[in-house]
Amino acid sequence: MGTASTNPNVNYLTEFSGIKSWLFSLDHKRIGLMYMIAILFFFLVGGIMAMLIRLELFSPGPTLFSADTYNQVLTYHGAIMVFMVIVPGIPAILGNFFLPLQIGAADVAFPRLNLASWYVFMFGAILAFTTLFTTKIDTGWTFYTPYSIKTGTAVITIVLAAFIMGMSSILTGLNFIVTTHKLRAPGMSMFDMPLFVWSLYSTAIIQVIATPVLGITLLLLVAERVLGIGIFDPKLGGDPVLFQHFFWFYSHPAVYIMILPAMGIISELISAFSRKTIFGYKAIAFSSLGIAAVSFIVWGHHMFVSGQSEIAGVIFSFITMLVGVPTAIKMFNWLATLYKGSVSFESPMLYALGFLFLFAIGGVTGIMLATLGVDVHFHDTYFVVAHFHYVMVGGTLMAIMGGFYYWFPKMFGKMYNEGLARLTFVLIFIGFNVTFFPQFILGAMGMPRRYFDYIPAYESLNKISTIGSWMIAAGFFLALYVIIRGIISGPKAPANPWGAKTLEWQTSSPPPHFNFDKKPTVTGGPYDY
Amino acid sequence: MFWLNLVQAQSFMPTPATDIAQRVDNLYSFLLISSLIACIILIGGMIYFVVKYKRKSENDKTPRITHNNFLEFLWSFIPLVLFLIMFAWGWSVYHDMRKMPENALEIHIFGKQWAWEAQYKSGAATSNLVMVPIDTDVKLIMTSKDVLHSFYVPSFRIKQDTVPGRYSTLWFNSNKLGEFHIFCTEYCGTQHSGMIGTLKVVTQQEFDAWLEEESKVSTLPLAERGAKIFQVKACASCHSVADANVKVGPALWNQWGQQRNTSSGDIALNEEYTRESILNPNARVVKGYNPNIMPSFQGQLSEVELTALIEYIKGLK
Repeated sequence: MGTASTNPNVNYLTEFSGIKSWLFSLDHKRIGLMYMIAILFFFLVGGIMAMLIRLELFSPGPTLFSADTYNQVLTYHGAIMVFMVIVPGIPAILGNFFLPLQIGAADVAFPRLNLASWYVFMFGAILAFTTLFTTKIDTGWTFYTPYSIKTGTAVITIVLAAFIMGMSSILTGLNFIVTTHKLRAPGMSMFDMPLFVWSLYSTAIIQVIATPVLGITLLLLVAERVLGIGIFDPKLGGDPVLFQHFFWFYSHPAVYIMILPAMGIISELISAFSRKTIFGYKAIAFSSLGIAAVSFIVWGHHMFVSGQSEIAGVIFSFITMLVGVPTAIKMFNWLATLYKGSVSFESPMLYALGFLFLFAIGGVTGIMLATLGVDVHFHDTYFVVAHFHYVMVGGTLMAIMGGFYYWFPKMFGKMYNEGLARLTFVLIFIGFNVTFFPQFILGAMGMPRRYFDYIPAYESLNKISTIGSWMIAAGFFLALYVIIRGIISGPKAPANPWGAKTLEWQTSSPPPHFNFDKKPTVTGGPYDY
Repeated sequence: MFWLNLVQAQSFMPTPATDIAQRVDNLYSFLLISSLIACIILIGGMIYFVVKYKRKSENDKTPRITHNNFLEFLWSFIPLVLFLIMFAWGWSVYHDMRKMPENALEIHIFGKQWAWEAQYKSGAATSNLVMVPIDTDVKLIMTSKDVLHSFYVPSFRIKQDTVPGRYSTLWFNSNKLGEFHIFCTEYCGTQHSGMIGTLKVVTQQEFDAWLEEESKVSTLPLAERGAKIFQVKACASCHSVADANVKVGPALWNQWGQQRNTSSGDIALNEEYTRESILNPNARVVKGYNPNIMPSFQGQLSEVELTALIEYIKGLK
């Protein structure tokens, strides 16, 4: 590959051209954009599935499709959104693009491995999508045994696909850990790193440690289905609850893979748009590590009524309460950062404030679900559905949108239409609450999740929820328009449109191939306003 | 306790029908109020700050406040104490939910795709109906015949998975007469959302009379006995018997002697084919229906019961 040019008109987007220059690029920025295109497409598919689910639930009884089709749509919505959108979303797109930039590096530590991760991810994703055209899958994204052993659908293919995408996740995590340790600019200690880097670092640790367990579990499932080895199936002497232990041993830390990087973005946004140094830098950084550590020993809170022993339930409830503390620390530190700041309301900041609002609700309902006696009632009802959408969509997706608008000028060297971007926030934020708040009430009333049909008492709230989903869809389609229009015909962006202090704003927009014309030397902190 | 009652009215939970349910609701009210206060502090604080410290000009100077150990301690410690209170309270309620009463009325529950079967000690058996007397400790001993299910009665605030190859237990003592929903809350396939039973709480006298009546099934004429078994095994959730409407499986109304177009040739619906379809349902599946949906009843029905079912189906007109 060529060397970085000092010509300001040459940047990573224009230095090389042609499809090959993308498919074989080792540039972390281009790989980030390739992830972006793929994940945006997956998000569209998963989003359409979500719209179909809500449409079916608009009225009780079979309206749009059969129960079997509904169960398949629900499974694909969950599996696509988790394994192909929210888990890889922030690390693979924004992490890839901005981790090296934020620490003043020319690229990640292993650029070839980075490109390989993308191919592995795409292979897994395409494998998963092939099942859409053959026998579909209807197990729910959790693949609980023994249903997943008995059902005649494409469980093996999907499970292998998830295994392969997990490999990609491990490789990316490994790359990020090494990059963070070895490639920081001269003068930048670990505690001079932006908090987004800290959050990616904590996430990468979870990815590397937890994902293999998912891989093993899924392979055991394949072994059971193909070779008839009894592991989870009681007919063969196995134990179906064992699968749940294995599955959640990965999938609970995965929840933090989804939310930690989002928290990192929020730290950046709140500091930048308050023009104020972040409050409690070390508290936030260490709380990320704390969450990452504790996240490994709370999996049993998904299983309070599964048949695990009472004492196990008590221990898992206790430890889960402890995770609430570092989360509360982060919330209060963000609030304290706003204090005496100079707050402006550009669209990234609106999304960050929206995150605080929704994550507060997602957080307190999480504590309710951690409380044993109450969770027995709420478990596997719409209360849980509402809770994790408040955390995953209200949290992670709001952060992705905020981060995307924040870094858009750096990525493409253009500005988007600010008025329309704010409108996307209004639509998504209001639509989100209209969609998911009623689901808390439905859960309190007792409506179980994964229901194709429901009793008439639940109808009006389901109607409201479905109407809200149309607002969210309108918001995201408008956002897509804002992005495409910005890329095509937006006005040129300055190097640092927000006046932010982290390193990625010190180079031109968009950056040259190797990020910085001159290797930066760090003398101050990332938030010295 | 006015404020507790106030929240309960807003909490949308079904009317509690057991003492445990009332205790769950009290705890939930506490959680709801604490959450409300937390949200007011967090969201209210956020709104207050962003309005108060709105950017006045591009040259705004902000003070450099990096941290405050006392504040960090405060907002770690206060939530921790609150969380521990919630944990302990939740544990205490959960403990009493899980502590099985002695000398309870024991009922065996079988979850299956897609019905709840109940088996009483007297020999009475029901499907999608659990009949219990009021103000009596009832213990459910549950397992599953196929995949995971979860037995959930919203009005009692209790829930427990039924796991194939294991027994799990649940208990309650209803202080209200009436009918309550039993939902399945562990995804179990096609008719998961249709797996709804009724938990009926009646007076002791009504219960005794009902139990005696239900226990006499073996003395009924064959076809009537067949009708009972058909109901207990929840065959009607997939096979309609009152009209020609197709549910998950083929209708049985007015079908006796009719030709069936199956995966291995045509066959009339006779004694032989009916027996085979009950014991080995995948052998000859009627075209247009999925195999592996109908469970096998091999080993679950006696010869007399099979004959009774056949006689019942024969008479469906």
